[in-house]
Amino acid sequence: MLTPKRIPGLAWRPSRRRFLTGGAAGLGALALGGCDRASNAPWFRDLVEAAEGVTRTAQRALVPRQALAREFTAADVSPVFKANGSTYPDNPDYDSWVADKFSSWRLSVTGLVEQPLSLSLADLKAMPARSQITRHDCVEGWSCIGQWKGPTLASVLDRARPKPNARYIVFQCADDLQASFFLNAYYESIDLIDGYHPQTILAYEMNGQPLPVPHGAPLRLRVERQLGYKMAKYLTEIQVVDSFAALGSGKGGFWEDLGYEWYAGI
Amino acid sequence: MSESAPGRHQWQWIYRHPVAVRVTHWVNVVCLVFLLGSGLAIFNAHPSLYWGNIATFDRPLVRLEAVAEGGKPIGRTTVFGVAFTTTGFLGLSRDGEGQLVRRGFPSWATIPSYQDLSTGRRWHFVFAWLFGINGAIYLAYTLASGHARDLVPARTQWRTIGRTVWDHLRLRFPHGPEARGYNVLQRASYFGIAFIVLPVLILAGLAMSPGWDAAFPWLPQLFGGRQSARTVHFICAGLVTLFAVVHVLMVLVSGVWNNLRSMITGRYRIEAE
Repeated sequence: MLTPKRIPGLAWRPSRRRFLTGGAAGLGALALGGCDRASNAPWFRDLVEAAEGVTRTAQRALVPRQALAREFTAADVSPVFKANGSTYPDNPDYDSWVADKFSSWRLSVTGLVEQPLSLSLADLKAMPARSQITRHDCVEGWSCIGQWKGPTLASVLDRARPKPNARYIVFQCADDLQASFFLNAYYESIDLIDGYHPQTILAYEMNGQPLPVPHGAPLRLRVERQLGYKMAKYLTEIQVVDSFAALGSGKGGFWEDLGYEWYAGI
Repeated sequence: MSESAPGRHQWQWIYRHPVAVRVTHWVNVVCLVFLLGSGLAIFNAHPSLYWGNIATFDRPLVRLEAVAEGGKPIGRTTVFGVAFTTTGFLGLSRDGEGQLVRRGFPSWATIPSYQDLSTGRRWHFVFAWLFGINGAIYLAYTLASGHARDLVPARTQWRTIGRTVWDHLRLRFPHGPEARGYNVLQRASYFGIAFIVLPVLILAGLAMSPGWDAAFPWLPQLFGGRQSARTVHFICAGLVTLFAVVHVLMVLVSGVWNNLRSMITGRYRIEAE
């Protein structure tokens, strides 16, 4: 996930306008100003979304559905694993969960399922678990390697039995990361290809320890073939949907609503 | 080669650049400008470079940062543990409003000029696809037409490389029959950029993608890890920039209009034999 204090494009708008209308910045600056203006134009958003579609289509075509992200050994685990985004949800419910060691926390599975679920941490720990040591790639450019353990998302979905019109899995989180008038609470979504991928797990353990609070306790998503911001922390609810258009600003996730790619395989 | 006044010579037109080379050349220019600017914008989201699979946050190979020195903010660039003060350019620079801001590369060098990783990525991937398709067209043409051979330095040319370097340093360029083909320095640099640096740069870029890495696990391994690939990608971008600067300088000093005309219309003027 990203550092929330850097909200792209918001604080800069007035200065950019002045920068453009100032007009004394020379040819190079004018050319760059053109890029700035284009960056917010509707045709540019259409163009870049087309490019995202090309990337997704190319990867879905060339990367085998079951292709696994590389798994490393215990010796490769990062001594320092950076915790990005929110590191403690600003939410009174969360305080009480921390106080009772997440015994009153529940993960609900809702939406287009035959059998809605409400799972405790003990329920999840009782399920068969997968352990994997993988590389976590942040959209900012850095990588860390960590060990993660938890049930596969597929096994949880199998218990809830998605209906035939299910298309996406949405993750709701306890962190109201900057939720406000103009920002949505943290949420994420993935398609069924990644939803049923063998390495897509709901991790309650990191590096052999209960998942630490800065990394999303008690439960976070791992989607190993995409960037870190897809791997929602502090999970509270899994929704099976046929469209995410009605959620948030309609782009399928907190960072997606701010301009980041929904398909983060690149 | 002649340094006589042009009036005393017969001019001869040669067809120097086929249309496929001219079109792909200019598409390349546009792509590389946008890729470099947006690439620096992306780099600015985490202005450090590492080696291996993972980021060792406190031990980077290269770091651009703003730090306080004597109560005053300065821009500092650390390369292999050696620190340089780079205030105004790297680490700390002025934005469009003249405010000093903490930033890897300055706003005049990045697309967009303001710090916005998502928009930088959007620009980068649009032009990366365009650049890749353009490069594939160029590669197909250059191999099928035999043009690739024009870019391999000839054995006879290596023997005179000292002389060619000396001529270049004195800004003396062939204008006669020797100007029909590329000289050894042109061939070596064009070949090196088109067939070594750019392919390595593209592979290193792909190696940063977790999606491609799942399909091609050897890709990041080729570079010694994803963070190494990011560093190699950055170094290759630097080499391309260096190439472009020298290339434009050479175009300017070796007959700018003749050069530009030949890359637009294909026709190049040389002195008659």
